[in-house]
Amino acid sequence: MTADTSAGTSAATAAWATHKRSHVGDRVLSALTVAATLIILAMLVVILGDVIIGGARVISWEFVSAAPTKGMTAGGIFPAIFGTVALTLLMTIAAVPAGVATAIYLAEYAPASSRLARAIRVCIANLAGVPSIVFGLFGLGFFISTVGKGIDDVAYGGQATYGKPSLIWAALTLAILTLPVVVVATEEAIRAVPRDVRDASLALGATKLQTVFRVVLPEALGGILTGSILAVSRGAGEVAPILFTGAAYFLPYLPTNLNDPFMSLGYHVYVLATQSPDVDRTKPLLYGTVLVLLSLTFLLNFVAVAIRARTRRRLRASL
Amino acid sequence: MSQSFHRLLPEEAHSALVRIAALKSDGPTPVKMQAKGLTVSYSAKEAVKDVTIDVHENEVLALIGPSGCGKSTFLRVLNRMNDTIDGVTVKGSVTLDGQDIYAPNVDAVLVRRRVGMVFQRSNPFPKSIFENVAYGLRIAGIREGGLIAQRVERALRQAALWDEVKDRLTESGLSLSGGQQQRLCIARALAVEPEVLLMDEPASALDPIATAKVEDLVAELRSDLTIVIVTHNMQQAARVSQKTGFFYMGKLVEVGDTTTLFTRPKERATEDYITGRFG
Repeated sequence: MTADTSAGTSAATAAWATHKRSHVGDRVLSALTVAATLIILAMLVVILGDVIIGGARVISWEFVSAAPTKGMTAGGIFPAIFGTVALTLLMTIAAVPAGVATAIYLAEYAPASSRLARAIRVCIANLAGVPSIVFGLFGLGFFISTVGKGIDDVAYGGQATYGKPSLIWAALTLAILTLPVVVVATEEAIRAVPRDVRDASLALGATKLQTVFRVVLPEALGGILTGSILAVSRGAGEVAPILFTGAAYFLPYLPTNLNDPFMSLGYHVYVLATQSPDVDRTKPLLYGTVLVLLSLTFLLNFVAVAIRARTRRRLRASL
Repeated sequence: MSQSFHRLLPEEAHSALVRIAALKSDGPTPVKMQAKGLTVSYSAKEAVKDVTIDVHENEVLALIGPSGCGKSTFLRVLNRMNDTIDGVTVKGSVTLDGQDIYAPNVDAVLVRRRVGMVFQRSNPFPKSIFENVAYGLRIAGIREGGLIAQRVERALRQAALWDEVKDRLTESGLSLSGGQQQRLCIARALAVEPEVLLMDEPASALDPIATAKVEDLVAELRSDLTIVIVTHNMQQAARVSQKTGFFYMGKLVEVGDTTTLFTRPKERATEDYITGRFG
């Protein structure tokens, strides 16, 4: 009897000991993950800190409202801000409706065994993996040399009107770059709408179309907006795709037509950093430009996060 | 004597009288829906096998049986909800007032407007209480605000929910308790004035008090429409239904008057199930 008890106790002690060892494993892993997180945070802080400290000194009303002067060693960056905003808006108008429509087809209409749907998914996955400079070359080859040139030949007697780098082609090139992200995010948001509410709608005699537009899309709207804004804000800072398709080194005027070239913040950073004859004097401007570009994309991200938080709150309230 | 009296009446009045008499006496009312030789399969697997059953007007038909016996699948055939699932094939026929609802020229959407459905899990839309009930009316193309308000109130009263929600119609349907949500779903289904209401274990996720309310509701609604209710709660079947069908392994083993089926079942399998020997 006593022997039994002591045997039981020692077995229990052994079990405790094993537990203890696994706790050590836990602690090591937890320390490693915390360290990794801290390293990432530190990098972010260093980058942001440097940009903010360097940029805050040059940010002024003049900086954001005037054009560059003296061979880009003085003045502001307003044309680049204007160009970036115009480019982003046009890209959004092109990418979001097409992306959302594609996602609706994939999530709601394509049969599970559809070959077309599978082909679309393969294309989207591959599109997402293409380096952005390749999109730039594609834009040059397809939009400018083929579509634009075609328009010129047909409508403008061969005179270069649309067959040259311009706002519309850069926006469309960026739209193709952001499209896969919009499609994937939207499809996820649509699929997250429970089958229950679709069934409820159909059982009331709603058509598929009514169900999609009155029940599914309103419920998925938060997710669709969040995904689309994040995708767009990624695209807004891209330089490579607009390098050959519309971004200009310097322009004395603002783009007013779709076929005007434009200045953009991302490209302006590249120009200030590498193309200026006097890099030392452009350095403060460079900091300021980067700060403005970061602020714009952060603003977009912040809007996306706010929408997501609102949607989550609403969903939680529903439980 | 009364038989010969009836024969003297014009045909319509005659059938109305027969219906009233039948309602009072719990005798047979006309057949509302009928399944004949119905087989439903998912890909290669047959979920419902050769089922033939009549659903009479103003009657509650309960379908009982162990999980996976095909009773829910059968229910979803009656308003063509199975159409929304890939790879389902339906053989045999289902008629509504004598018309085959699987005929090629029949629109499933119109079938579902006449044959409503309440699901196992309450599934209100993330809209206001009012809009939840008004949804079916709006998609049916009704635009007149006064008519919608009137039908919403009527449906909520029918579902015994009006008094609890009349002061908070603009609040989210999801703010209601579980039992209230399920009654909201019933009101939503009633608002479009269906002729048949299919209920798929409508009380299985509810507490006993909420369950009792839903059961009372089913008993009351019978005067307005025909109800088919799936349940695995045999007491519930006994309480709310006039007819009960027992499903086992995709087959309809037995169907008959509820009291008869529970007290003197014809089949051995039915007896084993209702006495708790399996399932």
